[in-house]
Amino acid sequence: MEKFTVLEAIAAPLMRINIDTDVIIPSREMKRVSKDGLSDGMFANWRYTTPGGREENPDFILNQEPYRRAKILLSGDNFGCGSSREHAVWALAEWGIRCIITPKFGNIFYGNCVRNGILPVVLANDIVENLAEQVAADPASHLIKVDLIQRTVTAPDGTIHVFDIAPADQEMLLEGLDAIAVTMRRDDEILAFQARDRLSRQWVYLDTK
Amino acid sequence: MPLTIIEKIWNEHQIADLGDGTCLIYIDRVFLHERTGSVALKGLEATRRPVRNPEQAFCTMDHIVDTFPGRSDETTMPGGKDFIQTTRAAANAAGINLFDLNDPRQGIAHVISAEQGIALPGVTLVCPDSHTGTLGGLGALAWGIGSTEAEHALATKTLVVKKPKTMRVNFEGALPFGVTAKDMILKLIGEHTASGGVGYAIEFAGEAVRQLPVEARLTLCNMTVEFGAWSGLVAPDDTTFDYVRGRPFAPSKAQWEQAVAHWRTLKTDDNARFDKEITINCSNIVPQITWGTSPMHETGIDQRVPYPAIESDPAKRAAIERALEYMDLSPGTPLEGVPIDAAFIGSCTNSRISDLRAAADILRGRKVAKGVKAICVPGSGLVKAAAEAEGLDRVFTDAGFEWRESGCSMCFFAGGESFGLEERVVSSTNRNFENRQGPRTRTHLASPTTVAASAVMGHLTDVRNLG
Ligand code: SF4
Repeated sequence: MEKFTVLEAIAAPLMRINIDTDVIIPSREMKRVSKDGLSDGMFANWRYTTPGGREENPDFILNQEPYRRAKILLSGDNFGCGSSREHAVWALAEWGIRCIITPKFGNIFYGNCVRNGILPVVLANDIVENLAEQVAADPASHLIKVDLIQRTVTAPDGTIHVFDIAPADQEMLLEGLDAIAVTMRRDDEILAFQARDRLSRQWVYLDTK
Repeated sequence: MPLTIIEKIWNEHQIADLGDGTCLIYIDRVFLHERTGSVALKGLEATRRPVRNPEQAFCTMDHIVDTFPGRSDETTMPGGKDFIQTTRAAANAAGINLFDLNDPRQGIAHVISAEQGIALPGVTLVCPDSHTGTLGGLGALAWGIGSTEAEHALATKTLVVKKPKTMRVNFEGALPFGVTAKDMILKLIGEHTASGGVGYAIEFAGEAVRQLPVEARLTLCNMTVEFGAWSGLVAPDDTTFDYVRGRPFAPSKAQWEQAVAHWRTLKTDDNARFDKEITINCSNIVPQITWGTSPMHETGIDQRVPYPAIESDPAKRAAIERALEYMDLSPGTPLEGVPIDAAFIGSCTNSRISDLRAAADILRGRKVAKGVKAICVPGSGLVKAAAEAEGLDRVFTDAGFEWRESGCSMCFFAGGESFGLEERVVSSTNRNFENRQGPRTRTHLASPTTVAASAVMGHLTDVRNLG
């Protein structure tokens, strides 16, 4: 996974509340056996003019320049609520989103972000709204800077906001580790356990059968 | 310190205590299927991670495959072929054991897991499927996981798991005539709600459980997830060992003796403490039937559709009202006698040979009522073959049932085949959620014998009258 340290990027304000995972990726867009290829169906109901169609809706913000190149999403309260589908995060990540800033995340969605290299940032509602206003004034040059080492978000006007993140989550993102990589740091312990276990429960091990 | 069987198995598999209430747990067996396992295998491929110990990982085709005779990779579900072919390629590339479409052993994951001796007493077994707890019937600690966790289990042989609370459910007394393991678990969920087991691993104990053959124990454990529980099991005993002996992936020769000696230690110590205990007296259980859209919406077949007013909690009352509207049932209607459009015998809950025998005993010499579409889907290719060797297929087809290839089939609607809009189905499956068996299909859960009896009568029926 790509490491996340410091990101300075175009931010897209999607300032609605309760954007659920079904909106982020409708279930009919999850037809493939893969974590890849989902970005095409991301926000499909808003992004395209007809259900299942691919004609772009020019009113949808991510279809507009410079937001097409956004790496940061600003959103209203409770982003990523609803069904636990990890496809929502896979779609966002593949499309190019690396950081989401909102007053509150859906619980499971938050964990899925961390596991998939997207930094979830929680800031107070008025701060997020203020960031959105600053960005909207001149989206191409009013960039937002997110520093995961310092745990800060710098607004286009230079104001700095500090955010919270659990140390384990911070480390996973900083080092670009996923859950498997974190567990693999205990690989010696796992292999030692297995070696002992092989002696006491031989019958479980089918290669010795 | 006296320990429960759950703690014993947990301790045997704990590699590390990670502090925050979670432990790193060693996983003995991983089972996959084409609907979610495919995603896990592709995920590993994308990150170039090999499957560790592929000989202990298994995969079947059950969820999406058609069950019509003469089926192929083509499916009624749009796009299903991609799942099947991707799974086949990825499973072969990873070197795991695959029960492919044309394999005589193919079948529903949780059915073949027991049938092949893959699930064993005391092992940890996971599958990206919510009904994995079925294998607790053999004394395995088994639970359902997500695709990403399946990747983790395949790559590392471990999972990070939150330590569950423990519960013992004691089924005391003997099961009356016409009452099955399916009725026991429905009764438990009906009495203690669909969330009664949340956060718990359960040991099913008591005289009635000890008397159950292994296949019925699998049925009992199959629905622990409908009780909200993380997992559930029955302590292994001689009944279990007799069932496991000689199965293809089970230990043999010297290892068999060692294994059995170890398995005998896997029982709850006297005085061990559970976080919760429930006792159910079996002598007054009658055949159960669901009337609503949750497995807890259930009662005895001799009862009536409830009045929403019995519920004082407004949210629960609203749920009953909504369920009755969906099911098109009026309060006070006797359940016995509600006309049905279809009958389904199958699924990981009730599609094993003993289920088919019991249903066939009801159907022998009888006919399905006019206008009722009746389908039987054996749980595995081997169940199907065994049934055919006994002539059960003829009993089903003579009665008017369709006789299918094995798979999940119409247990859940994946976008392919269904019973149809607002059709009323009596079903041996485990979920009666809205739209579970198809858009606006109405499901009544029951034992396979109740399904067979109802198919014959053309309406929900007390099987004891046909016995
Ligand atoms: S038979 Fe039904 S419940 Fe069982 S695994 Fe298949 S879809 Fe799930």
